[in-house]
Amino acid sequence: MSVSPIRGGTLKKTSIRMIILLAVVALVAAACGSSDDSGDGGDFRVAIVAPSASNDLAFTQSIVDAVNKLKDDGVIGEVAVTDGTFVVDDAAVAIRDYASDGYDLVIAHGSQYGGSLQEIAPDFPETSFAWGTSADTFGLSNVYSYEAASDQGGRVMGIMAAALSQSGVVGIVGPIEVGDAKLYVDGFKAGVLIQNPAADVPVNYIDSFSDVALASEAATSLIGNGADVLSGTAQMVVGAVGVAKTEGVLWFGTQANQTSLAPEIVVASQVYHWEGILEEMINNVKDGNLGGELFAITFANDGLVIEYNDGYDLPDDVKKLADDAIDLIKSGG
Amino acid sequence: MTGVFGAAYGEIFTAAVLVAIVASAIRLAVPLLLAALGETFGQRSGVLNLGVDGMMLLGAFAGYYAVLKTGNVWVGLVAAGVIGLMLGLASAVIAVTLKAEQGISGIGIYLFGLGMSDLLFQKLVGTPIPIDTFPKVNVPLLSDIPYIGDMFFQHSLVVYMAFAAIPVSMFVINHTTFGMNIRAVGEYPEAADTLGVSVARVRYATQLIGGTLAGLAGGALAISLGIFQQNLTNGAGFIAIALVYFGAWRPTGIMLGALLFGFINALVLELKTLEVIPRDLSNLAAMAPAIITILALVFVARRFRAPAALTKPFTRGK
Repeated sequence: MSVSPIRGGTLKKTSIRMIILLAVVALVAAACGSSDDSGDGGDFRVAIVAPSASNDLAFTQSIVDAVNKLKDDGVIGEVAVTDGTFVVDDAAVAIRDYASDGYDLVIAHGSQYGGSLQEIAPDFPETSFAWGTSADTFGLSNVYSYEAASDQGGRVMGIMAAALSQSGVVGIVGPIEVGDAKLYVDGFKAGVLIQNPAADVPVNYIDSFSDVALASEAATSLIGNGADVLSGTAQMVVGAVGVAKTEGVLWFGTQANQTSLAPEIVVASQVYHWEGILEEMINNVKDGNLGGELFAITFANDGLVIEYNDGYDLPDDVKKLADDAIDLIKSGG
Repeated sequence: MTGVFGAAYGEIFTAAVLVAIVASAIRLAVPLLLAALGETFGQRSGVLNLGVDGMMLLGAFAGYYAVLKTGNVWVGLVAAGVIGLMLGLASAVIAVTLKAEQGISGIGIYLFGLGMSDLLFQKLVGTPIPIDTFPKVNVPLLSDIPYIGDMFFQHSLVVYMAFAAIPVSMFVINHTTFGMNIRAVGEYPEAADTLGVSVARVRYATQLIGGTLAGLAGGALAISLGIFQQNLTNGAGFIAIALVYFGAWRPTGIMLGALLFGFINALVLELKTLEVIPRDLSNLAAMAPAIITILALVFVARRFRAPAALTKPFTRGK
């Protein structure tokens, strides 16, 4: 029988075709990573591994913008970014690869990456790692942790939201109840209740950082239940902002300036500026201190900034409420 | 007991709340429905396409980008369908002509769609820019019916189109020569071939239909949301494949599955908004749609069988 040669030939052809297909996929995947070494910041190399796109107008963009600013300022020589690693195992591979490639500081930008980092960091004692948002270094001498005191900005935004709400119902769309997202939501809710103790502040955690459609429906649900001011955190809120825009409901953003998503209804955004604490971290690494310390961005160290939408006519008395709240927080109140 | 903004639990499920849940369920079901109907054509002809999600993602980006450039949502929807058609052609070449292992090649198409849609977005757009969304169309007279009108007749045109695709699919599969050929090559391709039916041609046709509907599903999602983002579908294509099994390869069963999935998602969201679901149980509640769908899938899969030639490449004389 001449079956074997035919089968062998078919298998070989199929294998070649699959290899070509996988090669195309690999090329596309490779194109998703990026490295930029055109800076003049000496030979200090920083790598970022982050869950969403570098320009998500939210969590990932905040750290990428900060590192690029430090590169422009000459603090960093080379920056490499692997974004979109919403699969934790993929992120772990990227973190390990960057450490193997000799990057001086590898930033694991996502609360969900903690378990992976705890395994990887001990294998590279000469490499410094940063993990956020978190307040845990696992007791490792080569891991820094960083977090955002997003509850501070949340409180300020909540005060403004309550002052602007006509219905007394202010809604929040949350992702998963962890990290700076939880801090922001809790702070925002507290702010609303400081300004209007009788207000209702329904919170809808959709239990996803990436489900835009579900965030959109959560916003619809909140508006349907009377909310006339909304806020939300994490990259999936782009859907919720769209619903707020369609329904004419005010929006408060966080992590990055979200005004461009809906200039008609975005009142203000709490913007993260990680560059201050990152520069401090980098100086530590250059001095030979690779980790074991916690950093936090706050109003006091200018890591948190409220950026207002110039296109929204915010009443002076509401702006003053925000300014007073920021002053109080800075003074430790 | 009280829980919802101070209201008694007995007052929670008002007519307005139920209307909101059903309307939300219908919106959430649309992309799943379109993608699953397309996959049904393929599977009924014996071709499994695990790349539906990748096709949806590229359709979503094509639709989004076309609307961004033209400002016309219908141009966007057509662009999404055309991209889906091209990917369907690619899928057909891989699965039918090259006879590649369908599970693996489908995953390849998914990864290609996932990476390429993000790459194109980063290179051509960059930061998310909102686009126009489908306008709502209130069906004359019917939309004025209390509650019923709010639930079923105040949606965008693409919602009505998606549900209209169900009877069209049923008619094509069950009452046309083409549909008979689809079923024949999916069950017993050798017999169909003996009777002069071109198995390859039928399977190419179903892959083109499946790809187009997957592209339209992605386009409908992106344009309804008015935005594109990396991995926008969030795995909806894989849920659509599960719904084909859930629906026992029948359009009406698939519709029921898509509506059930959408309804449970909408119900959980509404109960979270109303603070009926304790925050501690939020994670568990979020899993409910998937768990219930899997349970239903197990129940249904035991009662119906898949097309006999599913995943089996056809070679004349073998």
